[in-house]
Amino acid sequence: MEVISSVRPPLVTGGKTVADVTEDICMQVEAKPSRSWMMGMAISLTALAVGFYALIILLWEGIGMWGLNKTVGWAWDITNFVWWVGIGHAGTLISAILLLFRQKWRMSINRAAEAMTIFAVLCALMFPGFHMGRLWLGFYWALPLPNTFGSLWVNFNSPLLWDVFAISTYFIVSLVFWYIGLIPDFATIRDRATHKISRIIYGALSFGWDGGARTWQRYESVALILAGLATPLVLSVHTIVSFDFATSVIPGWHTTIFPPYFVAGAIFSGFAMVMTLMLVARHVMGLKDYITVYHIEMMNIIIIVTGSIVGIAYLTEYFIAWYSGVPAEQYAFYNRATGPYWWAYWIMMTCNVVSPQLFWFKQIRTSVIASFVLSIVVNIGMWFERFVIIVTSLHRDYLPSSWAMFYPTFYDVGVFLFSLGFFFTCFLLFAKFFPVVNMAEMKSILKATVSDKKTLK
Amino acid sequence: MKGNRKIYWNGLEQLSNDPEFVKHADREFPEELPLPGDAEKANSGTRRDFLKMMGFSVAAASLAACEAPVRKAIPYLNKPVDVDPGIPNFYASTYMMGGDYCSIVVKTREGRPIKITGNHLSGVTKGKTNAQVEASILSLYDIEKLNGPIFDGVKSEWSIIDKDIIEQLKAISLRGGQIRLISHTILSPATQSVIDTFLTKYPNARHITYDAISYRGITQANKSNFGLEVIPGYDFSKAEVVVSFGADFLGTWLQPIRFSHDYARLRKVSRENRHMSRHYQYEGLMSLTGANADYRIPVKPSSEGFVVGKLYNILAARAGYQTLDIQDPGDVKFLTKAADNLWSSRGRSLVVSGSNDPAIQELVNGINSMLGNYGKTIDLLTPLNMWRGKDEEMDEFIQEATAGRIQAVIFYNANPVYNHPRGEALSQALEGVELVVSTSDRIDETASLAKYVAPDHHFLESWNDSEPVPGHLSLGQPTITPIFNTRQAQDSFLVWSEAAESTDYYQFLRKTWEENYFNRQNKINDFQRFWDQSLFDGVFTYEADNLTPGELAIDPGRIASAINRNYMPENKGLELILYQKVGIGDGTQANNPWLQEMPDPITKVVWDNYLTVSVKDAAEMGITTESNEFTLANLGIFDQTLTLPVVIQPGQAKGTLGLALGYGRERAGKVADGIGVNAFRFISQADDHWSFYQLDGITLEALDDRYELAQTQTHHTFMSRSNVIQDAYLSQYQADPGAGRFIPKIYTTTHLEKKLGEEDLDGVVHPHAISLWNEHEYPNHHWGMVIDLNSCIGCGSCTIACQVENNVPVVGREEVRNRRDMHWIRIDRYYSSEAPMDDWSGLEEAAENPEVTFQPMLCQHCNHAPCETVCPVVATTHSTEGLNQMTYNRCIGTRYCANNCPYKVRRFNWFKYHDNSQFNVNLSMSNSLGKMVLNPDVVVRSRGVMEKCTFCIQRIQLGKLEAKKEGRRPVDADINTACAEACPADAIVFGDMNDQDSRISKMLRLNYRDNEKIVQEERAYHVLEEVGARPNIFYYTKIRNKDIEDLNA
Repeated sequence: MEVISSVRPPLVTGGKTVADVTEDICMQVEAKPSRSWMMGMAISLTALAVGFYALIILLWEGIGMWGLNKTVGWAWDITNFVWWVGIGHAGTLISAILLLFRQKWRMSINRAAEAMTIFAVLCALMFPGFHMGRLWLGFYWALPLPNTFGSLWVNFNSPLLWDVFAISTYFIVSLVFWYIGLIPDFATIRDRATHKISRIIYGALSFGWDGGARTWQRYESVALILAGLATPLVLSVHTIVSFDFATSVIPGWHTTIFPPYFVAGAIFSGFAMVMTLMLVARHVMGLKDYITVYHIEMMNIIIIVTGSIVGIAYLTEYFIAWYSGVPAEQYAFYNRATGPYWWAYWIMMTCNVVSPQLFWFKQIRTSVIASFVLSIVVNIGMWFERFVIIVTSLHRDYLPSSWAMFYPTFYDVGVFLFSLGFFFTCFLLFAKFFPVVNMAEMKSILKATVSDKKTLK
Repeated sequence: MKGNRKIYWNGLEQLSNDPEFVKHADREFPEELPLPGDAEKANSGTRRDFLKMMGFSVAAASLAACEAPVRKAIPYLNKPVDVDPGIPNFYASTYMMGGDYCSIVVKTREGRPIKITGNHLSGVTKGKTNAQVEASILSLYDIEKLNGPIFDGVKSEWSIIDKDIIEQLKAISLRGGQIRLISHTILSPATQSVIDTFLTKYPNARHITYDAISYRGITQANKSNFGLEVIPGYDFSKAEVVVSFGADFLGTWLQPIRFSHDYARLRKVSRENRHMSRHYQYEGLMSLTGANADYRIPVKPSSEGFVVGKLYNILAARAGYQTLDIQDPGDVKFLTKAADNLWSSRGRSLVVSGSNDPAIQELVNGINSMLGNYGKTIDLLTPLNMWRGKDEEMDEFIQEATAGRIQAVIFYNANPVYNHPRGEALSQALEGVELVVSTSDRIDETASLAKYVAPDHHFLESWNDSEPVPGHLSLGQPTITPIFNTRQAQDSFLVWSEAAESTDYYQFLRKTWEENYFNRQNKINDFQRFWDQSLFDGVFTYEADNLTPGELAIDPGRIASAINRNYMPENKGLELILYQKVGIGDGTQANNPWLQEMPDPITKVVWDNYLTVSVKDAAEMGITTESNEFTLANLGIFDQTLTLPVVIQPGQAKGTLGLALGYGRERAGKVADGIGVNAFRFISQADDHWSFYQLDGITLEALDDRYELAQTQTHHTFMSRSNVIQDAYLSQYQADPGAGRFIPKIYTTTHLEKKLGEEDLDGVVHPHAISLWNEHEYPNHHWGMVIDLNSCIGCGSCTIACQVENNVPVVGREEVRNRRDMHWIRIDRYYSSEAPMDDWSGLEEAAENPEVTFQPMLCQHCNHAPCETVCPVVATTHSTEGLNQMTYNRCIGTRYCANNCPYKVRRFNWFKYHDNSQFNVNLSMSNSLGKMVLNPDVVVRSRGVMEKCTFCIQRIQLGKLEAKKEGRRPVDADINTACAEACPADAIVFGDMNDQDSRISKMLRLNYRDNEKIVQEERAYHVLEEVGARPNIFYYTKIRNKDIEDLNA
């Protein structure tokens, strides 16, 4: 019996040749900054500057500049932290897990996704730092360093310490992975560079890449090894972040479902953020042939899947609260949906559970505009998810005497703005000076033949 | 000798003494050394030199820029005999402020008084204190007090103002001018003698007494009923049935410290003693006392006379007395029941009234007399010397002053311009008075109108004596040298009287005691020893001369007509009730930030004065509270209008408004000035007395504007959570000591090993049977605490005592609004709700007249503490004695511990609260004088660290050391926490659970078995037992003495 498999449509459209790839991608680096880039940079730097002011006042005056109180000890700080960590999941997932699964469509987005991961994790790392009452001591006391304080050591029981390990490991592996991937492309830019300074800089960045077969072979081995290393990390980081809540005794936090639910949510928000960034890049940088509607559709499918997992997790929490027979737990979830923060809960439900279901429709799934809007909606929803978990659980816990509300101040918003400004500034710098698409890998999936035959035997 | 001197030579050159050597002999180095600064090198500094210079200059400049803190620690050259650095000294003394009294023991460290506790030898205050007494130590270090005498608003010298005052007094006296000395009730016999000396010197002088809070109604009533113008002694410790008509005897009425102590004794139940007193409270506002009552019935002030009259009539009918001809107020809830209870407990009951109306007080006297309570729960023979101010004399004085008939006034620690209803009239009248002198410690409202201010010492700087109850004397001794250039007022009076002998009040006091009291005892026959002993004890008791009260003489006709005249049973208008707050009182200590930030026991509001309205009125008038934003309303009192925020108060009588006295200070200091309105102006004149009720002319108009009041607790019901509050009614408790207990059970899949004597049925176990953690071992001590919800009256003394002891900062109104109060022990006040258990939104609303439960909440020192496991840097740990410890130095401030604390007792330093101009109301940490009050054994926490109750670990350590020095184990008497020590109701008991003889072990009826301590007391429970944190604090169920059939009545 003859099995005829359909030929997959090419991942890169427009009949691009190997030379076209080099030209299209390097052009972004070599050309003068575009007007839209300059505008984007101006907005990001403004956000960064306003945020920096808020941050300096926060650090100078104390954590009291935020709206926290004796009952709600964490709010925007840890919300932002978890949100950024979540966003930082997509890059490594795309590079590592999709690499292992041989999903070649990832190649046009993995470079940018990894960069996004690095910057998102940096943003995430800020918050555990800035939220500390005594940052000037905490930044090194939280590390298991040999010291002269006697037998003082960190507390290995504390999930916050696990966070320190989980996130720093994830950050380091992601950074190395990303950088190794960049080396051949840096070499390409180096070779094309006309200016002495850029030749020196890209020369240094490319680590003396010579493009020899042996170099390529080693490069690929390292990529595979790092992919193998990074894969468990994708799952472990958010699992451990979720332990911050899951191991506590607060109703609404004390939930065993958190690890898978958090990981799904992280991938969900990460893909949404990749979508947001790539759609802008695609439009502004003219990468329509590299990031095709097919890519958008594939990412949207992942968003439906993870969004649905998250939705089921939300419902499961209600079921378990009812089934457990624990009144405090039942009240916590009742209060989430109907208490003073009902609006946050329903924003979360709408954005995270309802909106991704729209991607079941092919027209929406393949529409650039709809995907862009929904990707932002998803990230708003995911921010609210963390806010809902953290604030609504804390603000009304066991003793009604301590129930309180949390109201954000300018400084809560400001420090969040700082992280957004930092993220977009970094990403714009990356988009200007680094190759946004992995040229070397991309060249491997260009259509090999000019034949128009639809099938292959 | 000189001839024998040997000559040592430096070398052969010296020996040979050649010319080249001689030439350079006077130089240290005969050759030129290449020293910098030589002429040719002067301007040729090398690069290295430049860098060195640069480095030095930069370092020097930056060092100079860092201002080195000035540390004033001056060692003793000659160590005083009694002062050992680090070792506290205790002195018995007496608290006297604004007419209030408490016998105290003052703890001093290196000469600084830092803590006040009760004096156990006192038969009057029984070793207890309240929040005002505890907080008064800070007023000693108030930097806004006067540093020396004032003449015409300018600093002066004592000799100058003395000369002036004496000259003017003499001149006025010669002319026949009138001199008045205005004071509150004088409790001190020696001071009274000083005043008498003054009055003798100036024959035209008269001494006028008044009290900010008038109790004239009681003295008047006793005068007409018994011929004695006294306030009788009330004994709540024998009163098995208490009926109070608006008397807040646990909070502010007469002697709340003593009454709380006595009252609580009959509120304690145990297996052996399953009886408790029954308390009815008829009142308009929800007072602290009403919140503790078994039956609390809201009554409007306008019908109070009729309600008391009705009770009188019911009892009079039984006792065969003549009844009153008054209007019937209709059905008054539980009044017949109260009458029945009173009647069956004759001689063991007590009826009191907070009214200042002599007619009502006469009825109360009549009721008590019919019940045979005189000589049992009321003692006319040893009355109270406090609050005997004569209002009519003060009124007369103000009239005379207004008429210009007074030439000189001396205000002795009295501030009538602020705290007298006619203060404004007085302030105008004082302009026409030739000589106005005040002894106030600050330029307050009255002193600002005085030509001379001769500031008195603080009571902790003074010698004094006090006789609050005849036969119960106490001595006040200075515990610090006067901080400012002040002078004891008695000294001033002696100087101004040009006293023949000594003008030293100390000598005067000794002489008074030698003459009057030394011979009243026969134990000690040497006066010096008698004096030393009295000073050491702080108190001295003797047999006072008995008074001879007449038989009860009551004229029902006159009283009935007075009541019919003054009360209106069908009053439709709003009525204003003025009351004192437990913390602020009459406003004497308004500048004390500890008291301003002390949550009102009922409303939990701090730092503000507000109106309270009933739930029904609020609904009718559109008054609401939305997320801590309170409706502002215009309160009209005749032609005056005030704008105040309105608090909706469950339990308040419909048609009433409550407004606290003690606010609206204008010249008390930066803490108090400008907070609220001065309600003393609205004390109304009714018939012959000052009334705290304003029955007509009141309007209230809700505005659209809102105001955010600072509240430490914003949710008021306990959501019917039986894991938080466990309560029962007395009859249930009598049948089952475990009544009201909620014992959580947890389903498990496996049959766990039996533990704690729990039955293990199909895997259903007590939460204690399941744990991730190993048990801690407590080989030596195991500290614990028992809090009896039944005797806790919710007064808040513990909160302030803890604040003083543990250097807890004051954060100010704005930070409390942000819900960042720092108190280590708070009192959660919960209202009951009428909603069913599963109606969660309904449970958020308090019942219209709710049952109230107070629950002191502090660090529970959990054995399996959720906070300890989550700290990333091990800053909070468990001690080998059961304490949950907080290491401030190690804390990095992640606040994870606070989030994970189920009891929410951890407090974070959001800002730097000390030495910070943003927190300048934090007087104990913002100036060098205020800082003298800080306890040197407890660190002041820095910004960014977590803090919480330590079980007063500094006291535990001290107690253990003291016991160790004596080679024994510490016992209960060695160690007590500040909160337990201050509790006037003895509701908090602290102790070592490893010590089988300790009070706590006996209360819990601990059974020691296989290294485990099993609590056998049925009433003892852990809050949130099912969480499994296993606290070392036990609560005793709240038992209410209410009949089950009355629950829905």
